[in-house]
Order: sequence, then structure tokens, then C-alpha cells
Amino acid sequence: MPKQSSFFARVWPAALAIGFLLAAWQLYVDLSGLSPTLLPSPARIAQQAWIHRQALLDNSVPTIRATLLGFSCSLTAAFLLSIVMDFSRPLRRALFPVFIISQTLPLVAIAPLVVLWFGFGLMPKIMLVALVTFFPMLVALVQGYQATEQEIALLLHAMGASRWRAFRLARLPSALPLFFAGLRISITYAVVGAIFAEYSGAARGLGIYILNAKNNFRPDLVLAAVAVSATLTLILFGMTALIQRLAMPWIRFEQAAAR
Amino acid sequence: MSPPRLQLEGITKAFGQTQVLDGIDLHVREGEFVSILGPSGAGKSTLFQLLIGGIRPDRGTIRFDGTPLAAGEGRFAFMPQRDALMPWRNILDNATLGLEVQGMSRAKARGRVLPLLADFGLQGFERHYPAQLSGGMRQRAALLRTVVQDREMLLLDEPFGALDALTRTSMQRWLEAMWKRHRWTALLITHDVREAVYLSDRIYVLSARPAQVLHEIRVPLPRPRAAGFQEASAIEANLLDMLFTGQTFAGDKP
Ligand SMILES: Nc1ncnc2c1ncn2[C@@H]1O[C@H](COP(=O)(O)OP(=O)(O)OP(=O)(O)O)[C@@H](O)[C@H]1O
Ligand SMILES: [Mg+2]
Repeated sequence: MPKQSSFFARVWPAALAIGFLLAAWQLYVDLSGLSPTLLPSPARIAQQAWIHRQALLDNSVPTIRATLLGFSCSLTAAFLLSIVMDFSRPLRRALFPVFIISQTLPLVAIAPLVVLWFGFGLMPKIMLVALVTFFPMLVALVQGYQATEQEIALLLHAMGASRWRAFRLARLPSALPLFFAGLRISITYAVVGAIFAEYSGAARGLGIYILNAKNNFRPDLVLAAVAVSATLTLILFGMTALIQRLAMPWIRFEQAAAR
Repeated sequence: MSPPRLQLEGITKAFGQTQVLDGIDLHVREGEFVSILGPSGAGKSTLFQLLIGGIRPDRGTIRFDGTPLAAGEGRFAFMPQRDALMPWRNILDNATLGLEVQGMSRAKARGRVLPLLADFGLQGFERHYPAQLSGGMRQRAALLRTVVQDREMLLLDEPFGALDALTRTSMQRWLEAMWKRHRWTALLITHDVREAVYLSDRIYVLSARPAQVLHEIRVPLPRPRAAGFQEASAIEANLLDMLFTGQTFAGDKP
């Protein structure tokens, strides 16, 4: 049972903090008598979310689809490019600035343009999610390869391993810790990226739901959709942590040894 | 006397402005255990990098069985200064690494390693990750990974440098016993005088950087050489003398 109790031990402070914030918010709204069209209370948001659950669910599906597809594309591209860049220093030098520039593009300006060029379908959403999630993963991978222990590289050289062999045996696994750090950063951008894309034009999705709720003066529904998106992000974040545990079973012992 | 298997002549190497090796001559014969003893930062690990072809010498020749050593020839089984175990592989798969790189299937490589685990004190730990092992066990795992490659010569770079004194002594005894059985041709780097005397047939004493061979001494003691043995102590004291005077000379240079 130690595993479960340690899970609760790690979760309860966060749960307590969130519970405290929500309680303070509720109390403030109750005491100040603010109108729910200005600042709805958590209880009202929960109540309205429950009433509109079908609409929220229907609009979550396209957002989840865009997030996952965009993220998969971005992950694949980051992985392939990171390998190419690891093997070719000139390419690394040529491409890195391009990707850095891609990160300076303001999403507010880019999102409507991408929608303009590629229409209201899935394509622009995938592209925008990929744009915001690609870079952290690429950087994490390229730096992760370079974090390979010098002595392990020397050892493989002495054993007569080819460059590709050394990559697979040492550089790739060495990159895992940094890769997962990058993955966790990326995944928190992914849902927001999809919502932003929908906000700029879509038939359905949490982004367009938020836009409509705002235009109808329903901040409670805006916040209900925000809560859904936060939950989605938390679930994805939790999944990366789970995948990391499965992919790196040895990390537990290193943490135990470091303690 | 048999001709030397490994022979270095006038090996010189600089990194940029830093002169590291300055005309190193040394040789190792078949079945001989030779140590390189030198102060920290002298350039000992650099010498091994030259042997495994990680870098090339500025001047000098390296011959193996009389012919110049070509890069990537794979005559050496190399053990780096830190154990360089892969944290993501369990002990068994770390030990089979060299065989896998040579093209052996994983199953066959495991078959080769498994019977050796007991000798290396690793039985029952083959599924453990390196992080779960003590320092001494990690070093034995790294040694197992080295010797199982079945190369013509072992290159051991301070295999016990990171261990506590007690573990180190027991590891030295264990390595001597193993060596007596297998008669590996071995070149060992160390800055531990006792270790050099305990394990070696011959010892090269290097100066501080830029490294030169100050002395070459023979250790004609019978094995096993229990610690505290009088003649061994005399040689140890002598070696310490050489190292200290060597360092003063090197310190006098600009
Ligand atoms: N790739 C490199 N580039 C520049 N300088 C280097 C490089 N490798 C080693 N050196 C330098 O060469 C010198 C000798 O290093 P080396 O690692 O060979 O010493 P060592 O005798 O093995 O020392 P130790 O006993 O501490 O392991 C050091 O001053 C080091 O800074
Ligand atoms: Mg060294």
C-alpha cells in the first residue's frame, strides 16, 4: 500500500489549496452580492455546467480531437527533426533559429490567418496545436541527446559501435528525462492552442462555445468551459507522468538513491 | 622474452595550448599486468582515449603485435573511469552491451554472461538497475561488461577510484584472484600506489602534466600479495617518493 498512500500524500496539499481558493471565491460572491453576470460563484458554475453538460461534452469532442491529432503530428515531427539535427551540425545551426522565430509569432495574429488560409475544418487546428507544442519538445530532445554521458559515448566508441548504433543505444535513452520534461510543458500548451484556433473560427469546439457564451453574457458558461479545458489538460499531464513511469522504470531507484 | 603486444613510442598530445602527453614510451607483453601510476590530471585517461581511437596523437606511434594500430580495430576492452553503466539497462543487459555491439544476439550474449555472474558477485542482481547496486557491485558489473567482450587486452581506467578504502581493498584482492585464473593482458590506470603494487607485474610512473615516463619498475613479488607484506611496503614507499619528487620537478616548470 505505500504507493497509494504516497499518491494521496502528494495530492492532498493541492486539493486543499484548490478547495480553499474555491471556498474563498464562493464566500466573496455570497457576501458581496455581485450579479452572476459579472462574477458567478463556483456553485453556480457547477450547477450551470451540469445543466449544460450535453453541450459542453459535444463541444469538447472536437477540441480533444484537434488536441490529440495536433499533438501527435507535432511529436512525430519533433522526433524526426531532432534526429536529423543530432546527426548534422550544419542543419542544427540552420534550423534552430527558424524554430525560435516560429515561437515569436503571436498566436492572436497567426490563428485567424491560418483559419483564413485553411478554412474552418480540422486542418488549421492541428497546425496551431502543432505550432505551440513543437518547439519545447524539439529543444528537449536535441538537448537530451547532448546530455549523453561522455564516458558512455567513449565506451561505445571503444566497442566499435557505429554512429547510428550509439544513437540508439545511448543518445536516445539519455534524452528521455529531458524529453519528458519538454513533453509536460508542451502538453499544457496543447489544449489552449486548440481552443485558440477554434476561437478564431470553427463550427464546434470549446473555443467557439466560449466565444458564444461570452457574446450571450454568460460568464458562468465561459468559466464552465474553462474548467473543462483545465480538466483536459490535467488529464493529459497525468497521462504523460504515467507514460514516463512506464517508459523509465529505473527512475524510481535513482530518485530513491538520491534521497 | 615474448615480443610486446602493445607498444607506444614517443606519444605526444596537446589540447590547444595545453601539453598533456610528452613523449610517452611504454609496452605491455602477453599475459602481463601493467599499471600506469600518475598524479591526478597527468593525462592518463588521455592515453587510453588515444588507444581506443577517440583522439589521435600529435606525434608518436602505437603498435599492436608490431603493426600500427588502426582506428576502430577493437583489440581493447575498455573500462572508463566512471563505471559508465547505462542507468536504463539492468545489470545483465549492461554486461551484454559489448557483445551486442559486436553483433551477437541478445539471447546468445545473455547465455555468455549468465554463468559469469557468480564469479563477479552479481548473482541474483541481474534484473536490478545500476541505481539499485552498491559502488563495489557497480564496478564489478562494469568489469564483467569489460572482460566478457573477450578482447586481446583490458584497459582499466581507475576501476576502484570511487570506492571506499575497505571496498577497494577487497576489490583489489578479488581482481588479483580473477587475473590469476584468466591471465588477461591488462593495462591499469591508477593513482593509488598500493593498488599498483598489489596488482602489477610492472609499473610506469608518470610525471605531472605534461606527462612523461619518470620510472619503470618491476614488482617481482609472488602472488597473492597480502597487504602489509614487507617488501610490498618498501616498494610502495619508494613509489610515493618518485611521485612526490616527480611532482616537484613538474611544478618547477612554467
Ligand atoms: N578533450 C579535451 N580537451 C581539452 N583538454 C582536455 C581534454 N581531455 C583532457 N583534457 C585535459 O588534459 C589533462 C589530462 O586529462 P586526463 O583526463 O587525461 O587526466 P588523468 O591523468 O586521467 O587525471 P585523473 O587522475 O584526475 O583522472 C587535463 O588537464 C584535462 O583538462
Ligand atoms: Mg583520468
